[in-house]
Amino acid sequence: MCLGIPGKIIEIYETNSLLMGTIDFDGVRREACLAYVPEAQVGDYTVIHVGFALHLISEEEAQETLDLLRQIADFEAELGPDPASETLQGDEYEIPG
Amino acid sequence: MKYQAEFRDARLVNGVIAEIQRTVSRPWVIMEICGGQTHAIMRYGLDQLLPPEIELVHGPGCPVCVTPLELIDKALAIASQPGVIFTSYGDMLRVPGSTHDLFSVRAAGGDVRVVYSPLDAIKLAQQNPDRQVVFFAIGFETTAPANVTSVLQADALGLENFSILVSHVCVPPAMHAILSSPENRVQAFLAAGHVCAVRGYWEYPPIAEQYRVPIVVTGFEPLDILNGILMAVKQLECGRHEVENAYSRTVTFEGNRPAQAMIDKVFESCDRKWRGIGVIPSSGWRLRPQYAKFDAERRFDVESIQPSESPLCVAGKILQGLKKPPDCTAFGTLCTPEHPLGATMVSSEGACAAYFKYAFSPAGS
Repeated sequence: MCLGIPGKIIEIYETNSLLMGTIDFDGVRREACLAYVPEAQVGDYTVIHVGFALHLISEEEAQETLDLLRQIADFEAELGPDPASETLQGDEYEIPG
Repeated sequence: MKYQAEFRDARLVNGVIAEIQRTVSRPWVIMEICGGQTHAIMRYGLDQLLPPEIELVHGPGCPVCVTPLELIDKALAIASQPGVIFTSYGDMLRVPGSTHDLFSVRAAGGDVRVVYSPLDAIKLAQQNPDRQVVFFAIGFETTAPANVTSVLQADALGLENFSILVSHVCVPPAMHAILSSPENRVQAFLAAGHVCAVRGYWEYPPIAEQYRVPIVVTGFEPLDILNGILMAVKQLECGRHEVENAYSRTVTFEGNRPAQAMIDKVFESCDRKWRGIGVIPSSGWRLRPQYAKFDAERRFDVESIQPSESPLCVAGKILQGLKKPPDCTAFGTLCTPEHPLGATMVSSEGACAAYFKYAFSPAGS
C-alpha cells in the first residue's frame, strides 16, 4: 500500500485550485497531485503514492548514499571474497515442478 | 539518475552483504515495519543472502492487513446498498469479511469500483450526482495526505454525495505495542521509508531511547534495505540505540510539513482496533467533527455488526513478528491468495502473500 514510485515532473498545472502535474515514470506518463510539494519545479524527481507526490527526491543525498555504498563495495573487493558469501551464492532456490 | 536501477546494482549489493557478514558477531532480530519492504526482501531473496545470524521478522505495516474486520463488514454493508458506488484501492476487494468480500458484493450486482487515487472517487461523485460515492479510506501516514485531500476537495466543490469510510492507522503506537509486549523479540527496526517521507522521523527518538532499540529509516530498493540492515547491525553490535536515516534522498527529519498540516486539519487522533492485534490506544485517525458530514459511518446505518474471524488464521501473531507464515497450519493449503482466510494472504504487502508468491511454490506451479 505504501508503495511509492519515483518519477520525473514534466508539467505543472492547477485543476480545481489543486496543484497537479504530469509525471514521467520512465516512459509511462500519469497525472499526480503536487499539492504537498509546492516547491516542485519541472525536471524534479518525486515519489508518487496513490496519485500524490509525497516528497521531492534529493539527487545530492542519493549520490552521497551511492558514493558511500561504492566505498563499502570497493573496500570489500580489496579484502577479497569472503568464504561465507561464496557458499551463499551457490545456495539458490530449487525450481519446483 | 532515475532512483531505481542505481539502487539494485549487484556489485554494491554484494559489497554491502559482505560488510554485514564482516560486522555481525551474534544473532539479532530485526523487524522491517512496512509490508512493501517485506515484499522486496522476498522478491529479491535478500533474506537468503544475509548471514544466518540475522533474522528478519515482518511487521504490521500493511494497512489492508490491519483494517479491522468490523470495518470490512461495514464496507460490505455499505457497498451492498442500492444507489451506492463503493470505491476502494484494489487490494481491499479480496479481503475476507466475516462472511464474504467486496468482490462477491460486486458479483451480486453491487457497484464496487477500484480507483487508483481518492481523487478518482471525487471525479465519480461529480459525474454521478444522483448516486452516493463512498471511498474506503484505509492507510498509514503515507496515504493520509491523499485521503484528507479528497475530503477537502469534496468540501470545496460542495459535493453532498461523497463520503469516506475511514480506517487510518499510525506506525509509532504499533512500535510501542510490539516493544512493550512480554513476547517481544524485536531488537531493531527498519522504519518505513514512505511513512517517514510524510511524517519525518521526529516521533522516533523517544521510542529508541525508551526501549533502547535502534531505528533506521529505510527505503524499498534492495540496496536501501541492505543499507538499513547494515546500519542497524552496526548499532546493535556496539550497543547504540539511535535513530538513523538510510533513505535520506526522500526522507528528512521533519518530513513533509504541508502534508502534516493538512492531515491535522482534517483528522484527529483516536484509539483504533488493528485486525489480529486488538485495540492500540491513540493509534489511528478519524475525521474531525467539522468534517463529520463526510463520514460514511454516519451517513449509512451500519452500526450493529458482529464480526467473526477465522479460528485458524494466525495473522495477528505474524503482524507482531511472533510467527512466520509457514508456522500457520492453513498456509498454502486452506489459505491461498485465491481463497484467503486472513488479510495477510491478500494484500500486495501482506507477509503471507509474499511468502506464497516468492518463497513457496505448490507442486506444479
